[in-house]
Amino acid sequence: MSRDESLLEFLKQRGITRRGFLKFCAATASLMALPPSMAQGVAAALAQARRPSVIWLSFQECTGCTEALTRSHAPSIEDLIFEAISLDYHHTLQAASGQGAERAREQAMREFHGRYLLLVDGSIPVKDGGVYSTIAGMSNLDMLREAAQGAAAVVSIGTCAAYGGLPHAAPNPTGAAAVADIITDRPVVNIPGCPPIPTVITGVLAHYLTFGRLPELDALGRPKVFYGDTIHDRCYRRPFYDQGKFAHSFDDEGARNGWCLYELGCKGPTTYNACATTKWNAGTSFPIQSGHGCIGCSEPNFWDAGGLYKPLSTPYAGVGPAAAGAIAAGAVTGAAISLHNRRKRTRARAEHQRATVKDLEK
Amino acid sequence: MWFDPNDLLAFARGTGFQLALIVFLLGVTLRFVEVYALGRPRDLSTPRPRVGSGWRTLFRRSVPDAMTFRRSGVTFTVGYVFHIGLFATLFLFRPHILLFQDVTGLWWPGLPSPLIDAIAVATLIALAITALSRLLHPVKRFLSGFGDWLALAATALPVLTGYLAYHHLALPYTLMLALHILSVEFLLVVLPFTKLMHMFTLFISRWLNGETFARRGVAS
Repeated sequence: MSRDESLLEFLKQRGITRRGFLKFCAATASLMALPPSMAQGVAAALAQARRPSVIWLSFQECTGCTEALTRSHAPSIEDLIFEAISLDYHHTLQAASGQGAERAREQAMREFHGRYLLLVDGSIPVKDGGVYSTIAGMSNLDMLREAAQGAAAVVSIGTCAAYGGLPHAAPNPTGAAAVADIITDRPVVNIPGCPPIPTVITGVLAHYLTFGRLPELDALGRPKVFYGDTIHDRCYRRPFYDQGKFAHSFDDEGARNGWCLYELGCKGPTTYNACATTKWNAGTSFPIQSGHGCIGCSEPNFWDAGGLYKPLSTPYAGVGPAAAGAIAAGAVTGAAISLHNRRKRTRARAEHQRATVKDLEK
Repeated sequence: MWFDPNDLLAFARGTGFQLALIVFLLGVTLRFVEVYALGRPRDLSTPRPRVGSGWRTLFRRSVPDAMTFRRSGVTFTVGYVFHIGLFATLFLFRPHILLFQDVTGLWWPGLPSPLIDAIAVATLIALAITALSRLLHPVKRFLSGFGDWLALAATALPVLTGYLAYHHLALPYTLMLALHILSVEFLLVVLPFTKLMHMFTLFISRWLNGETFARRGVAS
């Protein structure tokens, strides 16, 4: 596909019918919570859209985000849309390597300055000048700053780029930071998840292609259309929570009956994501449906939020020694206060003087 | 970066809970030692043998007599409703049992969530009437001090925030859950140092009164 080719032309070449394309547009429109009438608008805009240049930078990450996207359920319109962008730099997907790869990035940055989309997965180590992760001798920190200068917008793909993710987990030895911690003068949209839902990534890109701007974001920089509800709110097991029917272990009657996984540490109530509605693998399933609680992977610091199997209502720090210490300290303090009280009483008794009527008449 | 309710929740479930529990246990132990060490006045009467008077008093003093009930029926009724309600919501709601199980290792069966929900509503209404009655009744208002209002607020806040969190009302659930846990931690911190200590001392002193009176020949 040449850069001037429109998206619809490109998709036609790949055997996608106009009907299939419109279906995708309608689905995307509804996914983005747009009124049904907007589906046509989405279709018209996408059909005419020119390929935006995209630079994808991978920092402290595991490539899971790319894996999720590329292995979603090929061949789908979603990943063709993804192909339809001009991916000028991506470690894992590009053919070029070594200096050639870096030149491709520099060329795209020059050629499309101010217009390219910068996609980032992975967190950025900032401790000790960012020495803990380098690409072609350049620190991630420098590469991000340089690439962000000419970017129209920055998209943080995955929890690491959005909030620091696993590299940011305590004790955070590399000083891992989120993209938005570093880039403050460009619009940044977070698509957290470990990995994020592929449809959500393509949905945000489709939104950008359609409207030429990023979707509305919530307080944590996430598109509201995808991260507006908690997993718990949209969970098909929610009625069991309301009825108080819980699985107590992964192999009890409750688990076999598909009851609520709250007691097994499900973080659905505090996790904002679209897993329960869009699901994974072409809408096949999502973790809770397969019998495991939500681990809250799209929330900041989910790794340090106290054990994946600890129910939300329980404390996650050990209290045993602290409790014993508190009781001992309480007993000692109580004894000290009592001793003081007793002394005061003894002293008061000793100093007590009987008054006679004569004394009073003086 | 942005304010993240997850951080507040993490604090509430981690360090916040530890600190609150330390203050609570320290305070309760301290008060018990202090009260016990006050000593009792020497009993000069001839002891009358009467078995189980303390236990009978425990029960009898908990049931209002007709005269008192007529005089302050509202106080008795709402008092009973919110005390039983607090007990049920605290000890028989499944997520709360998980907490006790986690901390103490003990487990007991709970009530269905919708039933707890209804009890919570009744508790909130009873607490609201308690507050109103304290505010509107001239004698009660005269007798009310800062400690009374603090105790009432510290008791009501966990129920209110718990109800709002359960129904996902007013604020996002994460933030409301964090506020709920923090409100309970506030309750834990103030409990030993306010009249809320009666949670522990009430039945002990009632039992002791019964026993003492029995020794003096006025057993229940």
